[in-house]
Amino acid sequence: MFEQATTPIQELAISTEKLNLWYGTFQALFDIDLSIRQGIITSMIGPSGCGKSTFLRSVNRINERLGYVRISGTIDVMGENIYDPAVELVQVRKQIGMVFQRPNPLPISIRDNVLFGHRIHNAGTRTTKIEDDEIVENALRTVLLWDKVKDRLDQKATALSLEEQQKLCIARLLPVKPGILLMDEPCSALDPKGTEAVEELIWELRGQYTILIVTHNMAQARRASEECIFMLMGKVVEHTETGQMFVTPKHKETADYIEGRYG
Amino acid sequence: MFEASALNRKNETRQKLFRFGLGTMTGILILPVVLIMGTLIYKGAPVISFEFLFASPTNGMTAGGIFPALLGTVLLVIVALLASVPLGVAAAIYLSEYAPDNWFTRAINLAIINLAGVPSIVHALFGVGAFVIFFKFGTSILAASLTLAIMTLPVVIVATRESLQAVPMAFREACWNMGATRWQTIRRVVLPNAITGILTGVILEVSRTAGETAPIMFTGAAFFLPLLPQTVFDQTMALSLHLFVVSTQVPGMPEQLPFGVALVLISMVLLMNSLSIALRMYLRGKKKW
Ligand SMILES: Nc1ncnc2c1ncn2[C@@H]1O[C@H](COP(=O)(O)OP(=O)(O)OP(=O)(O)O)[C@@H](O)[C@H]1O
Ligand SMILES: [Mg+2]
Repeated sequence: MFEQATTPIQELAISTEKLNLWYGTFQALFDIDLSIRQGIITSMIGPSGCGKSTFLRSVNRINERLGYVRISGTIDVMGENIYDPAVELVQVRKQIGMVFQRPNPLPISIRDNVLFGHRIHNAGTRTTKIEDDEIVENALRTVLLWDKVKDRLDQKATALSLEEQQKLCIARLLPVKPGILLMDEPCSALDPKGTEAVEELIWELRGQYTILIVTHNMAQARRASEECIFMLMGKVVEHTETGQMFVTPKHKETADYIEGRYG
Repeated sequence: MFEASALNRKNETRQKLFRFGLGTMTGILILPVVLIMGTLIYKGAPVISFEFLFASPTNGMTAGGIFPALLGTVLLVIVALLASVPLGVAAAIYLSEYAPDNWFTRAINLAIINLAGVPSIVHALFGVGAFVIFFKFGTSILAASLTLAIMTLPVVIVATRESLQAVPMAFREACWNMGATRWQTIRRVVLPNAITGILTGVILEVSRTAGETAPIMFTGAAFFLPLLPQTVFDQTMALSLHLFVVSTQVPGMPEQLPFGVALVLISMVLLMNSLSIALRMYLRGKKKW
């Protein structure tokens, strides 16, 4: 459906082949063949219910929790099939961080939120307070939150503003050193100012992480991503460089959607 | 322009009528509680003394104190909780956090709810069969407490499960997405947030257990036993049974003594309930999400 055969395989962060997904008898994804390049920001757009979240949730295997989800085809992350029986789920999740639509910091202190993932993956090995402090500061600095919260690290994270919560949710992924960040409409609960701030942050993270971001905001997709994927009714319609998609879309459906002729 | 129309007035009259009716019903509801407490305090308070609480009954229970019964009730409740809380909480965690959502789990949940509705005398007979006879514990604190435990188990499970399910799914997803195992998620996020609910549930359960008579009557509680129990294989007196005995079984009982016993029992229950409510308010004030 799109031309990419020239990209060498090791540069692909996520690649899927003939990925189909069913919720019970309802098929939500149809023959998805996607290759998402490492180190860039890829946005995913499409009308409500077209399967964007479903795709993201199958990449980090969180969908499995629902007993009635069935999958066929393959999903490779960093060149490895993550549905291989030999794969350890914890390692997959470590490699792939996810940011949700509604900020979901844990009801513990800001500091503990940032250290949560780190502690889980290093259970048993004690780290010193100095090391912990360093981890917290680095992560919070990366998400441009350090100056705002450095004096109240022991306050509950749930007391922060939504924008700060969302940044914290990104920050807490970083100490685990993921390669890929999946973001499912990370700005949709935020006001325009918060949206701008988080977008800016995402742009800052570019290059260090592979980012796949779902958005309903055309302008955001256009501003904040290098490649863009357009999905419709469980299928990938188009996947090209963002500038090109918004200027000269190849498919009529894409053009219609971008111009706002779908819901 | 803004004065009341005939319809407005009719609606207003009607609403006053209903307010009065509903208010009266509430009053009727409160009346028995006030009367019971009033009578108990009025008639029971004079017999309460240090000796009453901390001495053994004498003169065929018509004089002396109620200490063996008071201690017995405390022991019965503690042993019952030691058995039912770990079991119930563990089962609830499994059912709410691990069990797949299928017909089997749903059947188990239904069974637990039904178990909560089984009359206590049926539990008593089960206790006699299982603990007194089959496991050969004899009529003892152990047998009586285990019977109480079985009886309270469903309530502990339901209360625990409800508190677990009140913890937002988003917290669990956040943990899983960071690679936490289910147990790490339960241990670090779900339980700390559910503990208030679990505790209040358990304490309310205590107060219910303390008042039960039927389940302990045939399994471990004795009518009259001035000696204090030494091990869990001994029998014991208990407040609830003692109340029954002094009210109906002993001729020549001073009129006020049963009221004193009842007052002690009710105070224990109320104390526990208030503790549970206070704890809930305190912990709820502290948590925010
Ligand atoms: N847990 C589920 N069980 C059954 N069907 C589901 C489930 N989650 C999603 N679906 C269905 O799968 C389809 C794709 O849903 P998905 O949430 O992936 O869409 P989306 O593109 O993320 O939409 P939105 O933009 O509204 O978030 C929808 O038709 C939806 O009804
Ligand atoms: Mg979605």
